[in-house]
Amino acid sequence: MDNKYRFIGKRTPRLDAPEIVTGKAKFLNDIKLADMLYGKVLRSPYAHAVIKSIDTGKAEAVKGVKAVLTWQDVPDWKGGTPRFTRILDRKVRYVGDAVALVAATTEEIAKEAMHLIKVEYEVLKPVFDVEEALQPDAPQLYDEFPGNVVTPGVPFFGPKNLKEVVMGDTEKGFKEADVTTEGTFGYENIPNPLPPEPPGAIALWEEPNRLTLWVSNQASYMDKITLFHVMGREVEVRSIGGPCGGSFGSKFMSWQVQTYAALLSRATGKPVKIVFTKEEHLAAFTVRPSSRMHARVGMKKDGTVTAVSGKWLIDTGYYSMTTQSQIAVGCGEVQIMVRCPNWDLRPVIACTNRNASGIVRGFGGQELKCILIPLLSLAMEKLNIDPFEFLKKNFVKPGDGYFWRDGLWYTYRGVDFSPSMDKGAEAFGWKDKWKGWLTPTSVKGSKRRGVGVGVHGNADIGEDSSEAYVRLHPDGTAMLFSCVTEHGTGQRSNYAKMVAEVLQIPLENVSITPSDSLINPYEFGPAGSRGTYAIGSAVIRAAEDAKKKLLDLMAPMFQVKPEDLDTSDGVVFVREDPGKKISWKAMSIDRTITGFGRFEPDYTLTNCMMSFVEVEVDTETGKVDLIQVVNATDAGKIIDPQGIEGQLNGCLGSAGIDSALFEETILDRSSGHILNVNLIDYKWRTFAELPAIHSVVLETPFPSHRFHAVGIGEVATSPGPSAVLMAVSNAIGLWLHEYPVTPEKVLMALGKTGSNRLNRSNSLNCSNGIHGG
Amino acid sequence: MTLKTGRTSKRKPSKARSISFTVNGHDYTMKIGKEANQVDPAHTLSHTLRETLGLTGTKISCDHGACGACTVIMDGKAVLSCMTLTVECHGKTITTIEGLGDSETGTIDPLQQSFIDHTAFQCGFCTPGMIMSAKAILNENPTPTEDEVKEGLSGNFCRCISHYHVVEAVLAASKRVG
Repeated sequence: MDNKYRFIGKRTPRLDAPEIVTGKAKFLNDIKLADMLYGKVLRSPYAHAVIKSIDTGKAEAVKGVKAVLTWQDVPDWKGGTPRFTRILDRKVRYVGDAVALVAATTEEIAKEAMHLIKVEYEVLKPVFDVEEALQPDAPQLYDEFPGNVVTPGVPFFGPKNLKEVVMGDTEKGFKEADVTTEGTFGYENIPNPLPPEPPGAIALWEEPNRLTLWVSNQASYMDKITLFHVMGREVEVRSIGGPCGGSFGSKFMSWQVQTYAALLSRATGKPVKIVFTKEEHLAAFTVRPSSRMHARVGMKKDGTVTAVSGKWLIDTGYYSMTTQSQIAVGCGEVQIMVRCPNWDLRPVIACTNRNASGIVRGFGGQELKCILIPLLSLAMEKLNIDPFEFLKKNFVKPGDGYFWRDGLWYTYRGVDFSPSMDKGAEAFGWKDKWKGWLTPTSVKGSKRRGVGVGVHGNADIGEDSSEAYVRLHPDGTAMLFSCVTEHGTGQRSNYAKMVAEVLQIPLENVSITPSDSLINPYEFGPAGSRGTYAIGSAVIRAAEDAKKKLLDLMAPMFQVKPEDLDTSDGVVFVREDPGKKISWKAMSIDRTITGFGRFEPDYTLTNCMMSFVEVEVDTETGKVDLIQVVNATDAGKIIDPQGIEGQLNGCLGSAGIDSALFEETILDRSSGHILNVNLIDYKWRTFAELPAIHSVVLETPFPSHRFHAVGIGEVATSPGPSAVLMAVSNAIGLWLHEYPVTPEKVLMALGKTGSNRLNRSNSLNCSNGIHGG
Repeated sequence: MTLKTGRTSKRKPSKARSISFTVNGHDYTMKIGKEANQVDPAHTLSHTLRETLGLTGTKISCDHGACGACTVIMDGKAVLSCMTLTVECHGKTITTIEGLGDSETGTIDPLQQSFIDHTAFQCGFCTPGMIMSAKAILNENPTPTEDEVKEGLSGNFCRCISHYHVVEAVLAASKRVG
């Protein structure tokens, strides 16, 4: 495709590349402040207990210890939605819950002191299963959540915020169906997005109520907002973001580690750094929400879905900060994937005694699709419908609509994604490889190959607000003021490209301010693939506003109207007579020009990602190898070719496709301990096992902003997991419905293990629960 | 400490209580002990590099030898600095990410340039370890195959999935140096 742009769509080096490859990039733990203390967290060995007493005497006596804090010493600050979770509480609710905080001159001293704290617990009965938690006699985690049911709804999303998908008449819809299938499905392996850089914070408290925080977050401005509310709306918070060593959603909410550091700084008057160990990261930082759903779908022979009903149970662990938001967005996204007039989908969020669930790429939608697509597949099998054709037919088309997170109805006004899906299918070879349901693509001895497909789309590409300033200088340079933090997507560099493109100045003449909330305007941050459209729009408008002010200022010098002027390379010229030109220097050396841009939420556009996967199952060993992945999308306009490819390749890691293959957080459901809290036992994909991967990205102009682009990064992980289950089922000719499909589960399905004992999840296997239509 | 036993006790105390090694061409001699700016026998090399010498380009992620983020080159071989005790490094020559390239001219190593050219990183946290592992591969085998690069980097954890671009970057750099 022809590219009329000077920078957009061109391969340009990331602005931060020199710092990254030389080790000069200062990540959070690379920052050292004068007189800085180090914090450690004493954590509960019990899943559910009341603290009867704490003796901190010996710990406080250790030379170098500056503060020891327990629930009795801290203010009544609370997090969660609603805010019921104290920073330190008398009750502990999971193995790893914070019991005491220690600050010392070195990390070793803090650790030593931590072990000297004596705690006496009264152990309570824990609950680890979502359905057990909802039983009348279940142990209760909070007085505020009777029956362990977390209060539904997200006030931030507005008065009608989406809590369920209920519309039409499901009874009528089921009557119209040619086939009805029903079953219970789970996506309960609570994978951890697990960025390499652990969560952490540095806090400096200044009396009476001022807090400066150095954070590692993809959205550092929001730490200021979150902490303000957690701290009783009485503290003035400044957040300073820097390079973030991976987040994938998770570090968007780091309020606990931030408040621990803040409390210790408040107690000592010194800056305090806390960086979690990898064990804490795996056992005491957020994982994906766990989902289980009993549902029923009705389908016609032509692939029309006539009704969906279900009870979606979400286990959020010991508290929820964002699970309701994830449910709201997941409920919106499912309507984008399945065009159906009749819905009765009702979520219930319960708390249990494990570490909390939080934000992860896919944000509710991945969780819901992982349990709905297997059920839809059963209906497709009965009707002999090709899943690729089904997903293409049912994905939102221009003119269709959906209820979004605010509970309002939106009509989709973007492009039809069908051509990108067709191109993806072609690149993958779907027509040749698809042999029908439960039928392998090929069989070679014990090696059986199968294919699967999944899809996901998200109208959060236009969620929330962003603001930016662009300041022009007489020397022909521009500075972008934006609180965007670089967390790996390369978006900070992309915004510089957008500014350079609007102003037509060399890329090296554009700089960006540090992501410090003190100097930058409001920024929700790159989340939900909103970076390109939402943040991009604010940046573009700020640059356009600055340009307009520049031309307004210069017009009298040319004695023409501002609209007759344009600018390029630091020179303003008459459009019709480019020989007439004046340098930006003429704006005067004692002047800068500042433009402002703001983006208001827009839910009428969505993105789309379709993932095709091919697996090879060894029926002797049960091992599943991922052979090939093709991701297909339409991004409107590619801003940075290398960047988008990297984002799409990201489909494998960060609790994405591999959460269907081997990634899982293994919870001991008798003690509440997580058993794989290190990077050896928590499995991750290595270089030696990379599948062939291919991206198909169309560029059909979107009615978004000046460059007609939409974001896609976040959703790359989401269509793959259910596609893997589909592919493995097709390869071995048997339904497999439990994530992840470890060798043990494959062999069990094939009847090749010594034991016929069904484990808990297998007893939920929906293949026993089909009601054919 | 076990300095009073056997052979060690015959050594001069000053020698026995200090350690010397070279990092990025600079010689360091550090006292062994518990005081600030001394090397505690429990200190890992990654800790010493980062906290004592201020070389924070070396990253700590798992701190248990599983992820490769802390990889440095010691006497030509890639080692995990989080699994190496500093007191074991006497007489060793160590290169960290800060030591690549030519400090005289300020130019970066061709491998680093290749990582820039291929955008062979996303968040960049694992990148220093990745580059040091790749550098050690190329030192040993200047023209590795794609499979050899993948095998050599299989101990390096990356969650953004920069793997594909990293392999391209290493292979491109290998052609230059090979």
